[in-house]
Amino acid sequence: MTYVKNRLRRTMMFVPGNNPAMIKDAGIYGADSIMLDLEDSVSLTEKDAARLLVYEAIKTVDFGGAEVVVRVNGQDTPFYDEDVKAMVKAGVDVIRLPKTESAAMIQKLVKDVEKWEAEFGIEKGSIGVMAAIESAKGVLHAPEIAESTPLMMGLAVSGEDYTADMHTKRYPDGRELEFARNMVLQAARAADVYAFDTVFSNMKDTEGFYRETNYIHELGYDGKSLVNPRQIAMVNKVFNPSKEEIEEAQNVEAAIAEAKAKGSGVISMNGKMVDKPVVEKATRVLETAKASNLIDEEGNYIGE
Amino acid sequence: MEIKTIGVAGTLESSDIQIMISKGTNGVEIDLDSDVKKAYGDQINHVITETLNKYGIEDAKVKATDKGALDCVIKARTLAAAQRATETQDKPDLEVL
Amino acid sequence: MENKVKRNLPDDLMKELDLKPFETSKAGNPTVQRVAPKVRVTEGQNKVVDSLDDVIKNNLKDGVTISFHHHFRNGDFAFNTVMKKIIDMGYKDLTLAPSSLTGVMNDTVIEAIKKGVITNITSSGMRGSLGEFVSKGGLKNPVIFRSHGNRARSIEDGEIKIDVAFLGVPNADPAGNANGQEGDAVFGSLGYALMDAAYADKVVLLTDNIVSYPNTPASIKQDQVDYVVKVDKIGDPDKIGSGATRFTKDPKELKIAQMVNQVIVNSPYYKDGFSFQTGSGGAALAVTRYLRQAMIDDGIKASFAVGGITKPMCDLLEEGLINKLMDVQDFDKGSAASMAKNKNQQEIDASWYADPHNKGAVVNNLDVSILSALQIDTDFNVNVMTGSDGVIRGAVGGHQDSAAGAKMTIITAPLVRGRNATVVPKVETVVTPGESIDVLVTERGIAINPKRQDLIDTLSKVPGLKIVDIKDLQAQAEKQVGVPKPLEYTDRTVALVEYRDGTIIDAIKQVKD
Repeated sequence: MTYVKNRLRRTMMFVPGNNPAMIKDAGIYGADSIMLDLEDSVSLTEKDAARLLVYEAIKTVDFGGAEVVVRVNGQDTPFYDEDVKAMVKAGVDVIRLPKTESAAMIQKLVKDVEKWEAEFGIEKGSIGVMAAIESAKGVLHAPEIAESTPLMMGLAVSGEDYTADMHTKRYPDGRELEFARNMVLQAARAADVYAFDTVFSNMKDTEGFYRETNYIHELGYDGKSLVNPRQIAMVNKVFNPSKEEIEEAQNVEAAIAEAKAKGSGVISMNGKMVDKPVVEKATRVLETAKASNLIDEEGNYIGE
Repeated sequence: MEIKTIGVAGTLESSDIQIMISKGTNGVEIDLDSDVKKAYGDQINHVITETLNKYGIEDAKVKATDKGALDCVIKARTLAAAQRATETQDKPDLEVL
Repeated sequence: MENKVKRNLPDDLMKELDLKPFETSKAGNPTVQRVAPKVRVTEGQNKVVDSLDDVIKNNLKDGVTISFHHHFRNGDFAFNTVMKKIIDMGYKDLTLAPSSLTGVMNDTVIEAIKKGVITNITSSGMRGSLGEFVSKGGLKNPVIFRSHGNRARSIEDGEIKIDVAFLGVPNADPAGNANGQEGDAVFGSLGYALMDAAYADKVVLLTDNIVSYPNTPASIKQDQVDYVVKVDKIGDPDKIGSGATRFTKDPKELKIAQMVNQVIVNSPYYKDGFSFQTGSGGAALAVTRYLRQAMIDDGIKASFAVGGITKPMCDLLEEGLINKLMDVQDFDKGSAASMAKNKNQQEIDASWYADPHNKGAVVNNLDVSILSALQIDTDFNVNVMTGSDGVIRGAVGGHQDSAAGAKMTIITAPLVRGRNATVVPKVETVVTPGESIDVLVTERGIAINPKRQDLIDTLSKVPGLKIVDIKDLQAQAEKQVGVPKPLEYTDRTVALVEYRDGTIIDAIKQVKD
């Protein structure tokens, strides 16, 4: 497995790192990323066992083509060093650092990763990193964190710890997270990295889940962290482009092809020049449409 | 590697295996309880023995309660129990992985 | 000798019992001669008796065949009440021919075998301690496992000749009119027991609820009944079926169910007026839920659903998404209660349901059947009878019948259970031949029987459906769990599995300890 900077990351499914049954089946649900957790879901007495279990799982389990992310324990814990070392050796795609509050923390992680890559003879840069933003400090430092390393995959808002730090709690309307969500997203976009929204843990509140997912999709988030495989289809549904968006993207694609055929460096559509963000958006739309089976092999729309 | 205490790892949940390692004198002696003992008992014992040997443990008594664990889980749980039995879990030797 | 599904059958037993090896799942058009029961003529206004002892004494002798039904499932009091008396009275060499055996009967059956009271058994299946006891060689003569349709056929053809049928019912009038729908211990359809009522020489009803004459609807009719025995309690309503059938929350089962639904709605059979059968497992119930949504979205209605019926199916009936339920048994309280108030929930007997040798059974009109498997092999042969340890822990049920009848039979199974592979190179016991299986759905992909190139062509075009070779699924499973050590059996045959036409599809050997 090797870290790929740009790929579809609508869904990042959390899987407890000390649960063999859940790890074994994690790959069957079609999550874009699977996050094996060594941190909050593992009790202090089981950190060593979970680390070994996740190590062996990365080596042997078929995760169905999903990106494999491991959340290691924080840098203020005695487990961090061994976690990073074992995950580098296992060849994980991305390491997620919890409670990130500064660029320096990410730079330390990258240095540690590189140390172990060298030790184990793994090519430098094979493993990406991502930062979980879980505090006021983290949110305010999001821009420097996002730009701290070329290996940065993305930033994730972690709502529970953040709201506690802010002397509040999660509310259904999400107003308590408004600033953090916007700040982290701005930082991620400015640094050209991915942005992930926090988990929504009440499985009974389907309506609330859709409301929140629609909201973060509108803001411009790339994906959402999930606690249950049943949420994957729901997120994908929200992230599905419309028929019109797909057709627009196909027109852009055709314009690109035409420009290429003409040997022209300028892409134009309906007499107007097509800018880079539009080209990139078209690529994203078509990638998502393909992943969600909204277009067939010939590009015909077959969604509902 | 010297076994200093009784080391236990793993749970009795489905797809897991609980491994308990204590001092032994006569090679790796395994007492295995498993629903798939007939079909996979030899393989489970082999994975446990090989993992312990690689960790430098030649003599040990092992009580293994299997709930349908795959080899990768058996290996991970055996290693975790071995680390705990040898009191090396804080600075584990990753070379055996 | 080896049969068409390459199973080795014991020559001596085949010869001794005059049995033929399995050839084909096609029933063809043979002409068969049915049998009729002996009838002791009475005017029969009042058949109520208090003494079960007297009924047994006056109608049983050593060596006869007795039968029971399993509609009460684990809430059954009838079986143990009768069998304990038979054991105490010292009868010998009886053949036990119930529609199936449930866990609550196990201890009594084992005791009866040990005491020589029962020396032969035919059943749809057995589980738990009885399955273990038989697999370890506890019964001298091999058990004959028959599907529900095959049992009906065997009774009609005279291969099973029932001397006395003991049938528990939640109500009966003094003349013997009875149904499964009213009383304390209701179970809904009496489907399997209707065969016994029609073909046994003596029919003994047991009930805790004698109602006034005439009792309607009469599923079992007075002209068939010899005795009505009053007992204190005929069943435990709480153990007859799971109270309220709950939808599974297991994400893997839901994933499989979603894939099954995709297969159905993208198949050529999914159109207005189609028909289907589902079982009672978690994935099957979830399929019903997904299918319901699809039918609402697409404006499609089913003409009928058949089989063991569950509450979610009754809900579809009430919503108008299914026109009729063809109901041979009810799996839960909701479906049992529903029969009394829904005229479109039609009680059917086992012959009407699934008999291969009649003038057309309901399963032959079936479009889609969703069935489960303990194991399935790369030839699509299915085992629903023995576990991966070789021990009997299942039932043929309607599996062979529904698979043979339906235009598209879908097997749903997880790729592995614990460390046991479900998709294997060779199943321990063949119950349903691969030639009657069309699709296998696992969480890691969908395999289609190569003989169904039409389905392969259609379903391969559906984006998002992962169609794979069944050998690839088998290899994936093996990669996960490893290669098991082959099970060890003795030479002794403990059970024979009949195909629905009475030929032998497999033999089950005694497991080595």
